[in-house]
Amino acid sequence: MSGSLNLTNDFVVKFANVNGSGSASANSMFAKSVLRMGVPVAARNIFPSNIQGLPTWYEVRVTGDGHLGRRGGVDLMVAMNPQTWDRDIAEIESGGYLFYDSTKVLPESKFRDDITVVGVPLTRICNEVYSVPRERQLFKNIIYVGALAALLGIEIEVIETLLAEQFAGKERLIKANVDALHLGRDYVRTNLTPLGLQVRRADAVGDRIYVEGNSAAALGAVYGGATVCAWYPITPSTSVVEAFTDYCAEFRIDAETGQAKYAIVQAEDEIASIGIVIGAGWNGARAFTATSGPGISLMTEFIGLSYFAEIPAVIMDVQRGGPSTGMPTRTQQADLISAAYAGHGDTKHPMLLPQDPGECFEMGALAFDLSDRLQTTVFVMLDLDIGMNEWLTEPFKWDDTRNLDRGKVMTYEDLESGVDFGRYKDVDGDGIPYRTYPGVHPSKGAYFTRGTSRNPYARYSEEGHVYVDNMQRLLRKFETAKSLIPAPELRKSKTATRTGVIYFGSTTPAMHEALEILASKGLHLDALRVRGFPFSDEVYDFIAAHDRVFVVEQNRDAQLRTLIVNEGDVDPAKLPPVLHFDGTPITARFIAAEIGTRLGATAPRSPVPEAAE
Amino acid sequence: MTYLAKPRLHHPSLSPNDLGFTRRDYEGSVSTLCAGCGHDSISAAIIQACYDLNLPPHRLAKLSGIGCSSKTPDYFLGASHGFNTVHGRMPSVLTGANLANRELIYLGVSGDGDSASIGLGQFAHAIRRGVNMTYIVENNGVYGLTKGQFSATSDKGSKSKRGVENHDSAIDLVSLALQLGATFVARSFSGDKAQLAPLIRAALAHKGAAFIDCVSPCVQFNNHSGSTKSYDYVREHNEAVNRLDVIAKRAPIEVDYAPGTTTTVTQHDGSVLALHKLAAHYDPTDRIAAMTYLAHRQAQGEVVTGLLYVDPEASDLHDSLQTVSTPLTALDGKDLIPGSAVLAKINADLR
Repeated sequence: MSGSLNLTNDFVVKFANVNGSGSASANSMFAKSVLRMGVPVAARNIFPSNIQGLPTWYEVRVTGDGHLGRRGGVDLMVAMNPQTWDRDIAEIESGGYLFYDSTKVLPESKFRDDITVVGVPLTRICNEVYSVPRERQLFKNIIYVGALAALLGIEIEVIETLLAEQFAGKERLIKANVDALHLGRDYVRTNLTPLGLQVRRADAVGDRIYVEGNSAAALGAVYGGATVCAWYPITPSTSVVEAFTDYCAEFRIDAETGQAKYAIVQAEDEIASIGIVIGAGWNGARAFTATSGPGISLMTEFIGLSYFAEIPAVIMDVQRGGPSTGMPTRTQQADLISAAYAGHGDTKHPMLLPQDPGECFEMGALAFDLSDRLQTTVFVMLDLDIGMNEWLTEPFKWDDTRNLDRGKVMTYEDLESGVDFGRYKDVDGDGIPYRTYPGVHPSKGAYFTRGTSRNPYARYSEEGHVYVDNMQRLLRKFETAKSLIPAPELRKSKTATRTGVIYFGSTTPAMHEALEILASKGLHLDALRVRGFPFSDEVYDFIAAHDRVFVVEQNRDAQLRTLIVNEGDVDPAKLPPVLHFDGTPITARFIAAEIGTRLGATAPRSPVPEAAE
Repeated sequence: MTYLAKPRLHHPSLSPNDLGFTRRDYEGSVSTLCAGCGHDSISAAIIQACYDLNLPPHRLAKLSGIGCSSKTPDYFLGASHGFNTVHGRMPSVLTGANLANRELIYLGVSGDGDSASIGLGQFAHAIRRGVNMTYIVENNGVYGLTKGQFSATSDKGSKSKRGVENHDSAIDLVSLALQLGATFVARSFSGDKAQLAPLIRAALAHKGAAFIDCVSPCVQFNNHSGSTKSYDYVREHNEAVNRLDVIAKRAPIEVDYAPGTTTTVTQHDGSVLALHKLAAHYDPTDRIAAMTYLAHRQAQGEVVTGLLYVDPEASDLHDSLQTVSTPLTALDGKDLIPGSAVLAKINADLR
């Protein structure tokens, strides 16, 4: 048809599958083949909290311009799930394409007349070649990848190479998969023509890597010197510990003895997980746990102990949709307040806010230095979007001159030299006292750690002024934290403006794309990406320098904005919230529409209704 | 109330142990518990056991939860690091501490509220993991700090000081520990120092999860005639299965036992436990028999004390995890950080 989309290196393909059908690895190979052709992709799983039988989607944005946020809308739907057929069809952009298994003839009413329908009889091809049911199912996925490659101009050799890497050493499997790939390609070559959507070889990927945030954060923990990890399984954080386990098995085994330079314990619950972490931290090891919102709720009492007794701990919180069980397999940035102020009484905790897997690695390592330096719990706030999806990100970097910063620790020699040791004594005004590791000296440096009020020499005290002094010292320590948390990142508009926007974490790529969209409509904003909590003065200076600052985030209650207002004495009216919280990753179209409308421009196109639920 | 310092004066008659420490070196602050509290007797037995074992005080870490019992680590081993954690969660903190530094000796002190009520889960899981520790529950069957509520170890039918009857079944931590796989299980009575101190010594020398349930009457709220955790009740119903001598490694073995009434068990560290049997046919290395014996005696209202079970060949959590012999805390950057060359290879694999 005449109105078909013609797009090169800039379109969205969405796969609608049934989970447990083996589609995940085929879909991921599709995305990777585009990358290997030098064209950036942003791929996202949209999956249910279930193991088998429910709908699952995989969305691949082919983006020559390198926009890694979710765009919204679908240009080509690969509809492999009859259960979700109707809404999948409805989601296709006008002029878009539908790819489906045409073995079974469907009535015309099942289609739309403003899209191009591409049928490949996948089941028939499969059944002609394979007889084992499991083979039929798995190879059907590879066949559609072959067919799509031919339709979209993806070089088949690239996929063949990927298959050879995936099944390295298993020649029989490589051949079987390549044969299936060719079945799909050959059907298209014989019976169909390429689509208006095309992938063309480019050089836009560079040396970037393609990795999940959870895996990157786990590698950060390895480089950060973590030796103790205690955890309890919870989506979407489980793969952090799985990756940590794999990396440790590879890099942390003593070459001579074969013994482990780490200890990983699957605890009975999140309370025990954080208890183990705090016990290890108290005793001088670097320890962490990975969890999600419900886990933070359970750990709250211990986090308060870590704050008040000043014990280092690292918590990687891979946020999901809350409250309660909420949407366990969907993404949100909704644990900010519960993490920042976890614990009864007056408490606050540093947080790191990575924008992508590259920063998950950096901050995953940095968190351990900060928690030792500040002697408190440090949160690394991932979310499902960063954590469980592969992202194109800058390669990991490490400076070999860097060592572990253990913070203020008194050694045997220090104690022996007669230095006055007071566990909770602020000796140099930064609010951070010295600590000793248990067992360090036969007669000096021992103290009794407790969650109750105590004097600078760790002795129990309920005297009002002793308590107040200690609580104020903790505030000084939090002030010190501002200088240690990574500074915010400023993107100044090319045109001078009195309007700003603040954002963080996985919102970043969509935000940057939205800024381009807005600029193209003459709407200019200065943008500040917050990278941690507590906020440094730069955040408040930025707000002061603008008349209006939008705060864009992925939760209902504007939690980042609440923290900004609460910690910095800012007029809330100056900070209009832009909130996306339906569980899908925020899109550039959404942000541009929201901000555009409020700045009085004609709204860009409205977001397309989401098929996934 | 603030911290009370204990005078550091050494009485000339205090005799040093093999390491040159006197009993006073194993003491802590002055106890703030009620006069006559069974817990203070347990603290004294811990001090005695550590002195007898020639433990360098600073190589022991003492951890506790919340409650009267959990306050006691302040009252012994003042040269040791201590950690008064949160209610019912001492076992996880101790587990983490142990993973971090396998070279220290871990003493967990808890109470019946702390371990059998709020912390039952953590108690169970630390034991089933085989954390190398001595876990003492100072069991008075009552919440002392909050003034006299029943705990989960209060016997069904026993009466509170106010005359209220407990209608819930009691949890027997000793039976539970046996079922969960503790490799050293004992029960004693705070009023029986001759039995308790050797048990603590043996437990400290044991590699693996060692559990001691120590009945410890609460003089304020649970030492009346309706209580099964009172001094009188326990004295009248105490069924001791053995009396224990702990003979340190390399020391000459001189025990005055008659053949047929004494069993010796050599622990992992070479120390020998000599058990003078009081009850006929009691074998402390048979877990199933121990459970059966306990159940029988319990049905008759007896409180069985002594070393009920020991597995001298026990392994611990570090064995399960195959961790290096160096404490994890002692590893530094060069041991732990794979470096930039490895990272370059990881990057290459992710393209």
